[in-house]
Amino acid sequence: MAKSDLIGGSIWEEYSQKVQDLMNNPRNQGELTEEDAKRLGGELIVADFGAESCGDAVRLYWIVDPKTDKILDAKFKSFGCGTAIASSDTMVELCKGKTVDEAVKITNIDVEKAMRDEPDTPAVPPQKMHCSVMAYDVIKKAASLYKGVDMESFEEEIIVCECARVSLSTIKEVIKLNDLKTVEEITDYTKAGAFCKSCIRPGGHEEREYYLVDILEQTRKEMEEEKLKEQADKQASGEEVPFKEMTMVQKIKAIDKVIDENIRQYLIMDGGNMEILDVKENGEYTDVYIRYLGACSGCASSSTGTLYAIESTLKQKLDPNIRVLPI
Amino acid sequence: MMMKVYLDNNATTMVDPEVKAAMDPYVCEIYGNPNSLHDFGTATHPALRKAMDQMYEALGARDEDDIVVTSCATESNNWVLKSVWLDLIQNGEKDHIITTEVEHPSVTAVCRWLESRGVRVTYLPVNADGIVEAHTVRDFITDKTALVSVMWANNETGAVFPIEQIAEVCKEKGVLLHTDGVQAVGKIAVNVTKAGVDFMSFSAHKFHGPKGVGGLYIRGGRSLTSLLHGGEQMGGRRSGTLNVPGIVGMGKAMELANYYLRFEEQHVRRLRDKLEDAILQIPDTYSVGPRDNRTPNTVLVSVRGVEGEAMLWDLNRAGIAASTGSACASEDLEANPIMIAVGADNELAHTAVRLSLSRFTTEAEIDYTIDVFKKAVERLRAISSTYAYTPKKEGA
Ligand SMILES: Cc1ncc(COP(=O)(O)O)c(C=O)c1O
Ligand code: FES
Repeated sequence: MAKSDLIGGSIWEEYSQKVQDLMNNPRNQGELTEEDAKRLGGELIVADFGAESCGDAVRLYWIVDPKTDKILDAKFKSFGCGTAIASSDTMVELCKGKTVDEAVKITNIDVEKAMRDEPDTPAVPPQKMHCSVMAYDVIKKAASLYKGVDMESFEEEIIVCECARVSLSTIKEVIKLNDLKTVEEITDYTKAGAFCKSCIRPGGHEEREYYLVDILEQTRKEMEEEKLKEQADKQASGEEVPFKEMTMVQKIKAIDKVIDENIRQYLIMDGGNMEILDVKENGEYTDVYIRYLGACSGCASSSTGTLYAIESTLKQKLDPNIRVLPI
Repeated sequence: MMMKVYLDNNATTMVDPEVKAAMDPYVCEIYGNPNSLHDFGTATHPALRKAMDQMYEALGARDEDDIVVTSCATESNNWVLKSVWLDLIQNGEKDHIITTEVEHPSVTAVCRWLESRGVRVTYLPVNADGIVEAHTVRDFITDKTALVSVMWANNETGAVFPIEQIAEVCKEKGVLLHTDGVQAVGKIAVNVTKAGVDFMSFSAHKFHGPKGVGGLYIRGGRSLTSLLHGGEQMGGRRSGTLNVPGIVGMGKAMELANYYLRFEEQHVRRLRDKLEDAILQIPDTYSVGPRDNRTPNTVLVSVRGVEGEAMLWDLNRAGIAASTGSACASEDLEANPIMIAVGADNELAHTAVRLSLSRFTTEAEIDYTIDVFKKAVERLRAISSTYAYTPKKEGA
């Protein structure tokens, strides 16, 4: 929330002039028939994607030269809003003259970029970005019909955010590399989730297979496990793990060990003892809560000299940021 | 010059010039705080009293009732629902609220929030005519029901709910009844006493009054915890320095709305019917809900094969303002929930376009709209992938 969010924007005002012109006068709207195919000496492909009941549907017509795989002519029909019509039209324009393999590489981002007035100003507002995805999907559908294969075979990786075309592997990678902890950070790094927001969590505009919230949770869990495993491996191989990087259990064990080896014997000699009550992370510090037992409890030196000895031993042996707090 | 036609009067209306004239002196000349002791303050009192008289008269309220001025109907709706929760549900006495699936978000969103606090909410579905009948309300009332909240008229379809019968059921069962009267006031006769409701919300800008002022009718003897504590204005029910020009404007607007009711019923209805008839002559078009049970100014139409926003685009290009749903919803991309609620076929869920007239709409504007609408349907169906259409032979 900020100043610019307080008064809602107008979706239509954010359309580029190109989008508006294409909505008003699409160039490639219409149908192609078997006669057209015969006349051009190509094969007619008719691909449908989407459904009226979802609010967006598009039909793509191609005439493809079977010898060269070149798209000789293309047209579309569309049930949808202005963005859907303008992006379908642009998609068709981009297909023409390309081979089927080249056409499959056209993404919704290419379509959106082609509709910009200025290279750096998006052609449509973020909520409408998704309407251009349909234009991209229908190309894959047409290509799959032409080649007689599954649509999925054109997708080399799993796309989590269709609007920004960000893959599952990219998202996992940025989370791990940058130690990302929130979905907002993922959006900042990758633009995934910045548009229609369907890919953030279930319940959005569209149902999806993967959601950023789940990927984040899963990846954080994986990172945690990897870290534990790494440390366990290090310890097992006798390697020193720095105190800071230890897990809580490891920290408690290490503290206990230092006290056993360096302190406890002197306390027992004086008829006393001590126990560790708790260990807590407190910002950069590690606070160790202890209680004196036997002769030590009530001894004047337990809050001065003895305490100093315990604390400085732990600091020296383990970490300078350890604080000891008698209770 | 292109004609400009405003057919989105269920979103908001033009302030009637007479209303503006009534408000004018209370902006720069008579600007005192009504709570002050001095003459600047008391000079506002006659106009405020007159405005209250106009409202009590127009809504048929009795002197023992309260018509509390608020900032808008959203505030009024929030107030009733949240305070009923504070007064009757939080203490464990009751745990249940009944409303409908087609309320405005200022009711629905509050109900969802109350659900997150543990309140049970029943959202009654509407029938094919777009209304909920009284016997359905009766079926869902239990001893734990604190409130029934059902709108008087729907903002999208104009469907008028049987509020009097629902009030009888609520009275018989001893349950409080709130009605969102926003789309009823100024369009159909509204008499709160005759209807027997306990609370009714309204908003001035929907009946040619100013924005930023609305009200809540509270039947005499009904308690409702205040949400705005402070300087004890409005008899302590809602604090905040009185919006003097707003109140004066709302009073005048309500008086005028009442005065024009017959005109609305005859003239506006005739124009609406003319528009609707002409649209329904286009093949594969539909309107929602029977005409005789709708506010006279509203029609929700559906054009097979044409997505609603695309239709709005073409209308807007020709200077005509309409909407695909309530104004607040037009930023999101979802299907119109009302289409699903009335059980329209799935394919039509994204095709709804609402046209709402006012007493300022002219015959020439309607004729122009009919013409533009037909051309838009023709153009968009030619583009449509879901509507089989044979285009006319175009010149080379
Ligand atoms: C039925 C209904 N209730 C409540 C409201 C909210 O009115 P306001 O925005 O003035 O608070 C509206 C306005 O769209 C409405 O149509
Ligand atoms: S899929 Fe639209 S923002 Fe990610």
